[in-house]
Amino acid sequence: MTAAATTQRSARRLGVPAWVFLPASVGALFVALPLVAMLTRIEWRHFGTLITSDSSLAALELSLRTAAASTVLCVLFGVPMALVLARTSFWGQGVARALVLLPLVLPPVVCGIALLYTFGRKGLLGNTMEVLGLQVAFSTAAVVMAQTFVALPFLVVSLDGALRTAGTRYEAVAATLGARPTRVFLRVTLPLVLPGLASGAVLSFARALGEFGATITFAGSLQGVTRTLPLEIYLQRETDPQAAVALSLLLVFVATLVIGLITRSRVAP
Amino acid sequence: MSLRAELVVRDRDVEVTLTVGHGETVALLGPNGSGKSTTVSALAGLLCPDTGEVELDDRTLVRATGRAADVWVPPHDRGVAVLAQEPLLFPHLNVLDNVAFGPRSAGMPRGRARERARHWLDEVGAVELAARRPGELSGGQAQRVALARALATEPRLLLLDEPLSAIDVALAPALRQLLRRVLRGRAAIVVTHDVLDAALLADRVVVLEQGRVVEQGPTNQVLARPTSDFAARIAGLNLVRGRAEGETVVSDTGLVVAGLSDEPLSDGLGAIAVFSPSAVGIYREAPQGSPRNAIRGVVTEIEPHGHQVRVRTEHLAADITPAALAELDLVPGSPVVFSVKASEVAVYAA
Repeated sequence: MTAAATTQRSARRLGVPAWVFLPASVGALFVALPLVAMLTRIEWRHFGTLITSDSSLAALELSLRTAAASTVLCVLFGVPMALVLARTSFWGQGVARALVLLPLVLPPVVCGIALLYTFGRKGLLGNTMEVLGLQVAFSTAAVVMAQTFVALPFLVVSLDGALRTAGTRYEAVAATLGARPTRVFLRVTLPLVLPGLASGAVLSFARALGEFGATITFAGSLQGVTRTLPLEIYLQRETDPQAAVALSLLLVFVATLVIGLITRSRVAP
Repeated sequence: MSLRAELVVRDRDVEVTLTVGHGETVALLGPNGSGKSTTVSALAGLLCPDTGEVELDDRTLVRATGRAADVWVPPHDRGVAVLAQEPLLFPHLNVLDNVAFGPRSAGMPRGRARERARHWLDEVGAVELAARRPGELSGGQAQRVALARALATEPRLLLLDEPLSAIDVALAPALRQLLRRVLRGRAAIVVTHDVLDAALLADRVVVLEQGRVVEQGPTNQVLARPTSDFAARIAGLNLVRGRAEGETVVSDTGLVVAGLSDEPLSDGLGAIAVFSPSAVGIYREAPQGSPRNAIRGVVTEIEPHGHQVRVRTEHLAADITPAALAELDLVPGSPVVFSVKASEVAVYAA
């Protein structure tokens, strides 16, 4: 080995003590092994029929549709929320920030109960919504709401961080060049934090796709209406463990695919 | 008058009154923390003064009475462009679209905005960079493009906040020449602590110290006969402030400097004596029977200065040759006598 190659190798490991490879490997195994275990349990002969059954396809389609819809909602509401948190200061901002992040630490079932007592028929806004002819509990809209509720903080947190890192210097320059606030936001702020927004959206989508507790509490489990893939898996586990494992693998596959696609398009220039 | 500004920013302890005539370039000089950048931010609309008034071309941009700003024109509507120390080109736009950003913001269609961008890129000698990304530019190139971007907005007032201080020393002269060309006939304020910027770019100089204007006047006058310590320092002159006794200045710190004055001075009134460090000779003992000024001091600093060595005492500086330094055997702490001919000292009223 040449001296240059040695230097390069040791330089690459600067700040990485040898012992960290042990806990790092244990951690990686802890994540990877259950996936392998699942793979060993699958009867590949029936895999195709299991995942293409009517109920499975309905659940998959519903999951993708609702997760996509809630990601859009997360972006529509989360971007302004992050902007207000990162770029303004107002009385009670600390409390507001804590409230926004609350769904991150609450058990999803608690989120579901909270939603039910707000938007359910007997909830806080139930009467108002009934007058307006809106019935959200136990509908597909309820699934989207539950997913948005738990996924929103992921987008807000990563975008808030990206906005703080980006700072306001480019925005100040844009303003002195004659750009109105909306133009500054669309042409300067958003492009600068696009990587943060993309990773926030991916995280939100992933969280929405895996949502279970809030959904089953607030939206119930009606095939084709509110029974998303995680609910279908949980249900099948009782009656047909083989189908549950097959669907689990499908969910893993879909999630990996989506995250892989988006991160790749983000890394590419 | 193009700009008339009175600004008070309390938490930075800045109280500045400033004017810029039509087509005039004003250099804003001062040490770090003297309030230069605060002044620029307030003029650009990035900071709201506690009280004050800013008028640009007979339009009121700010009128703050101390309770609430009763006039506040936001930065995008002021016609005040800023060129900062760093170019801050938008990294997601190429050079052409960076320069076209201002015209586009003013509502100009894309084609015409790009045409104007090309014109200004040509003006700053950077038109061949149009298709590049900011990340592919050198520091000097990026600052040229940033200048074109500021000029493309056709600002009523251009603020340059230490525009050359982050530029490679070898590239600064060319960029300074470019600024000299584009600033001609344009209302502009150049913030700097470089005497070259003031001498080559500015018609007039305003000196800030600790948030207050301590001196202002035509550039050549301020550099030749400074009345503030900072102006004297950047002009490379020794300045002794005190009271006149004939053509001699006696300072509160006990320095006595005789000089020549081309104006009548009143005894007891404030006066300033100015002389160049190169006019000073250094002795270990006061020379006997010399008609020269002999000013005692203790060496505080010795530093290279061009081909010479600059020796500083608490109040004054002298430039001597390295050979003379070796002969005198000076170190910080050595007591010395600075000697300067009265004919080398200019004395004038403070």
